[in-house]
Amino acid sequence: MSSRRSGSTSTWLVLGLGFFFLYAPILSLIIYSFNENRLVTVWSGFSIKWYGELFRDQQMMKAAWISLQLAFYTAWASVVLGTMAAMVMTRFRSFRGKTLFGGLITAPLVMPEVITGLSMLLMFIALRGLLGIELPLGMTTIWIAHVTFCMAFVAVVISSRLSELDKSLEEAAMDLGAGPVKVFFVITLPIITPALLSGWLLAFTLSLDDLVISSFVTGPSSTTLPMKVFSSVRMGVSPKINALATLLIAVVSTVGVIGWYLMARAERKRARDLQLAANQ
Amino acid sequence: MSANWQSLRSRLPGSRWAVISVPYLWLLLFFAIPFLIALKISFAKFEMAMPPYSSLLNWEDGFLVLKLRLENYLYLVNDSLYVNAYLSSLKIAVIATGLCLLIGYPMAYVISRMEPATRNIALMLVVLPSWTSFLIRIYAWIGILKQNGLLNNFLLNIGLIDAPLKILYTPAAVYIGIVYAYLPFMVLPLYSNLVKLDRRLLEAAYDLGARPWRAFLAITLPLSKAGIIAGSMLVLIPVVGEFVIPEMLGGPDTLMIGRVLWQEFFNNRDWPVASAVAIVMLIILIVPILIFHKSQAKELEGRLA
Repeated sequence: MSSRRSGSTSTWLVLGLGFFFLYAPILSLIIYSFNENRLVTVWSGFSIKWYGELFRDQQMMKAAWISLQLAFYTAWASVVLGTMAAMVMTRFRSFRGKTLFGGLITAPLVMPEVITGLSMLLMFIALRGLLGIELPLGMTTIWIAHVTFCMAFVAVVISSRLSELDKSLEEAAMDLGAGPVKVFFVITLPIITPALLSGWLLAFTLSLDDLVISSFVTGPSSTTLPMKVFSSVRMGVSPKINALATLLIAVVSTVGVIGWYLMARAERKRARDLQLAANQ
Repeated sequence: MSANWQSLRSRLPGSRWAVISVPYLWLLLFFAIPFLIALKISFAKFEMAMPPYSSLLNWEDGFLVLKLRLENYLYLVNDSLYVNAYLSSLKIAVIATGLCLLIGYPMAYVISRMEPATRNIALMLVVLPSWTSFLIRIYAWIGILKQNGLLNNFLLNIGLIDAPLKILYTPAAVYIGIVYAYLPFMVLPLYSNLVKLDRRLLEAAYDLGARPWRAFLAITLPLSKAGIIAGSMLVLIPVVGEFVIPEMLGGPDTLMIGRVLWQEFFNNRDWPVASAVAIVMLIILIVPILIFHKSQAKELEGRLA
């Protein structure tokens, strides 16, 4: 009994310290975004003036708009391509080149961004010289680069869902004469919808967050939000960035909690349905 | 007519090939081929032009001449800056991975032992910070670690120190930033491995008289090897090429190869040298990447079996 008690004390100690480490910096950002003082860490009274300053910053707003659009288009394309890749990895029988395909889908997860960014830029330039395909550096090239690394993350999320999924439903539908395309859209897709949603959100946040790869492949007219934040942080700490950070954190945690709740609910409903089906 | 149509259809590549070829071609064109182009340009010479490098193939006296210049690579080997940057990146990455493991393992272990409902909430709390901007989470540490920052103020107030510590713009700040940013990548694979652990094995060990610590060393630790490998590679490989953290939290003397590559490209505009730096980094990382790939493939197969 005593060993269990000490077990739970050390449990809370480990988690308490761990979560303190993870959340204290974020909390400090939020608190000091309401600080009236220009010096970020000297508290001199509550104020929301930095939020006003942030919204009056035209360049920052323009960069935010560019980033949001990019993240939106990246998320859709990554989910489509990532789902295809996940189906290939988990449902398709082996074909020549599958090993290389597996490598191409896992490597972007760990590849240092400076390498990916530089190589992609060189490819866009070479495309111009070799094939005469003029891809102006900017939104399009950033989108291509983001989709390339985001689809790998989406593929991992979806293939781990697909591989723990019971294949008997899909096989039953095949036995009843449904073709593979129909089975995918009628059976598989509804079941993996929660995974698609989390893949979409993951791709959206990854794209919204990327600094290094975008910096390599962008052109003079497309400055994304991380690029703007990075250049202003280099000038020094500014409470405006704290305000921006607080807004981003608020949005992301709201979306995260809602997404998590919906997924948990879908999961519970599915378990209930399976139970019902089994009882019948 | 209809028979012809049927035979034509059967010969045309079906939906299976469409599903394979679209992501495959995308990754080949935008992920694999770019490395080959970087390899090619690493053999070229810097030129004041756009694009700023020489072409490898030229007509000389009616011959097509292929010139592969090794000078960029010789430059990397002979200038101690680059060698030191590679070594110090590897050192920082290895130590930071070890720190992530030391902090992440107990967290993953404790979470995997919780009730399923609390477990999911705890797991979400681990992941949630990494959904907010990476850049902003690193920025937060500037306010904490700087000379008159939160940490120094706190330590001065409680009387633990008499003068503010210099932490920001030192290697210590870089380690803190890396561990902070990459910890979730260590916890997640460790958790998904530990949660599958068959508890009966531990109970058997306890029944046979093993103390908890010994049971952990003999059973839990070896069985979680796959999670340790996956988590370590997810941290180690990207950290070797990390740019943002050393740039924002490190001092001018915090040498990391990602930073060197960035400077070669953006400040010196020397694309061939930057390419050579990237190719050498890729060669150094190829073994860890293969280990990671194998562990991922095994994970997927293990679930399929």
